[in-house]
Amino acid sequence: MEIFPSADWQALMLSARVASVATLVALPFGFIAACSLHFGRFRSKPFLEGLINLPLVLPPVVVGYLLLLLLGENGLGPTLEQLGLSLLFTWQAAVLAAMVVGFPLLVRSIRIGLEGIDPQLLTAGSSLGAGRFDLLINVVLPLTRRSLLAGSSLMFARSLGEFGATIMIAGNIPGLTRTIPLAIYDYSGMPGGESAALWLCLASILLSLSVLIISERLAHVQKREIPA
Amino acid sequence: MSLYVSVEKRFDSFAINTEFSSESCRLGLFGPSGSGKSTLFGMLAGMQKPDRGTIQLGERLLFSSSCKTCVPAQKRRIGLVFQQGLLFPHLNVQENLLFGYKRLPKTERLIDPDRVIDVLALAPLLNRRAPQLSGGERQRVALGRALLCNPQLLLLDEPLSALDEQLKGQIIPFLKTVQDEFAMPFLLISHSLDELRLLTDEVLLLEKGEMIGKSHPEEIARRSLSSMTGYINLIEVNSASQENGFWSFPWGEQRLALADHAGKIGTTYQLSSKDILLCREHPQAISARNLLHCSVNKLFRYQGQVGVELDCGNGKKLVSQIVEQAADELDLQIGSQLYALFKASAFRKVC
Repeated sequence: MEIFPSADWQALMLSARVASVATLVALPFGFIAACSLHFGRFRSKPFLEGLINLPLVLPPVVVGYLLLLLLGENGLGPTLEQLGLSLLFTWQAAVLAAMVVGFPLLVRSIRIGLEGIDPQLLTAGSSLGAGRFDLLINVVLPLTRRSLLAGSSLMFARSLGEFGATIMIAGNIPGLTRTIPLAIYDYSGMPGGESAALWLCLASILLSLSVLIISERLAHVQKREIPA
Repeated sequence: MSLYVSVEKRFDSFAINTEFSSESCRLGLFGPSGSGKSTLFGMLAGMQKPDRGTIQLGERLLFSSSCKTCVPAQKRRIGLVFQQGLLFPHLNVQENLLFGYKRLPKTERLIDPDRVIDVLALAPLLNRRAPQLSGGERQRVALGRALLCNPQLLLLDEPLSALDEQLKGQIIPFLKTVQDEFAMPFLLISHSLDELRLLTDEVLLLEKGEMIGKSHPEEIARRSLSSMTGYINLIEVNSASQENGFWSFPWGEQRLALADHAGKIGTTYQLSSKDILLCREHPQAISARNLLHCSVNKLFRYQGQVGVELDCGNGKKLVSQIVEQAADELDLQIGSQLYALFKASAFRKVC
């Protein structure tokens, strides 16, 4: 435990928790957004597409600053407070930051899966009496399992590395909102912190790598079940 | 079954404007590619909306621009079978078969899945996944899946065109059995005259988005005299016996000789009208194993070719195709007595 003090352990666990929760919460929204963009025919589609992809091209600090404005005193802050929700500078804020930044990656992956579905297959489904929602749940969802998995692991990995937006809205509170990247940042500015920073780097590599390996394995199993 | 369709739809470079009605339960739709067959299929199935018109199937109005009616695809009760089968790849054969059946109200589940599995010989495939099936097996499952929805009409869009000749031959008997067993009205879209002749008794002719006529598939086949293959006779063999190195089977009051036969009951063979020679007198010492005594029943001419319909007795008819000069030399008249000659190897198996 000497090389891995409890504060770092907390950072590691917090990062894993933030990335998992962000991915799980974003997943259904990501599926809905990808389906709307793929199947939907509405006028504001280019606008929605741009909005979803914006965090991909904006610096994360800008995303964090905009979120800070949105959730701050002049934004939704007072309303949220009335509801008993105080989001800023909590671990949930780190989840929100990770969700916003990772969301476009998730949606992109799911869309690739949706593009692989033969539209005639859905026609066949309709002719067999399945309505739109029925088709979405019983045909589209199972056929996009692989891309859901790929998108989730990408988003999880991106969430683990999230720094800019997190520090803006969640701060860097040890034990509460200090995730691995924030801890590494602290150590890098601290005399003699190199080895601790390196150990955290290693831990974060292991965590990301194991998620990628698990997702690859699962994708492989599904590929055997549903060949392209 | 009665089907009335009067639809109009415009695209940038193509327009379809067609009207037809049919009472036939074995209806075909024939047309070259680009004639609008797929568009019509889409409109009947409810995937494409006509700009104007009416579609009525039996008592039900499926589409009417004047009444602002458009029954959605999932409520049309039209079973679709596509060119590639389009089975759900994440489900096994049994789940694919029951996909539509499970979505039917219990009172409308009139077709027994076990009977469909039996008729289409699907029992050994039930636990296999769709991607593990061959093209022919996939089409059989697709057919069963559409049937189990108990549709008012089966709409088959070139169901055999993705299959090779041998597989086609395996599927056609299943389609025939489905027609006989379930008495399900169907509309077969195809560009193969042979398929339409084997499976339908009325064919709608579509060209450049317009319906140019409605006729018996046999009539259309007779117009193919000037084509490369010419008119093709279709002959069904029900019982054959092997003798002297070839197969012999009864055909009307006479017997025909066949070089090679798979031995299955109900096998259909093609015999090109161009392979049948005609003689006025009984020929002597010939190599051809088939020699039929017959009389001329009908003569039809098309672009320099003469089709001679021969009555071979007991209602059995053959068409021979000859050039006009030969017809003149033979002095062919209705009722002329002739001998028709063809080789035992002239037969080609269809199904």
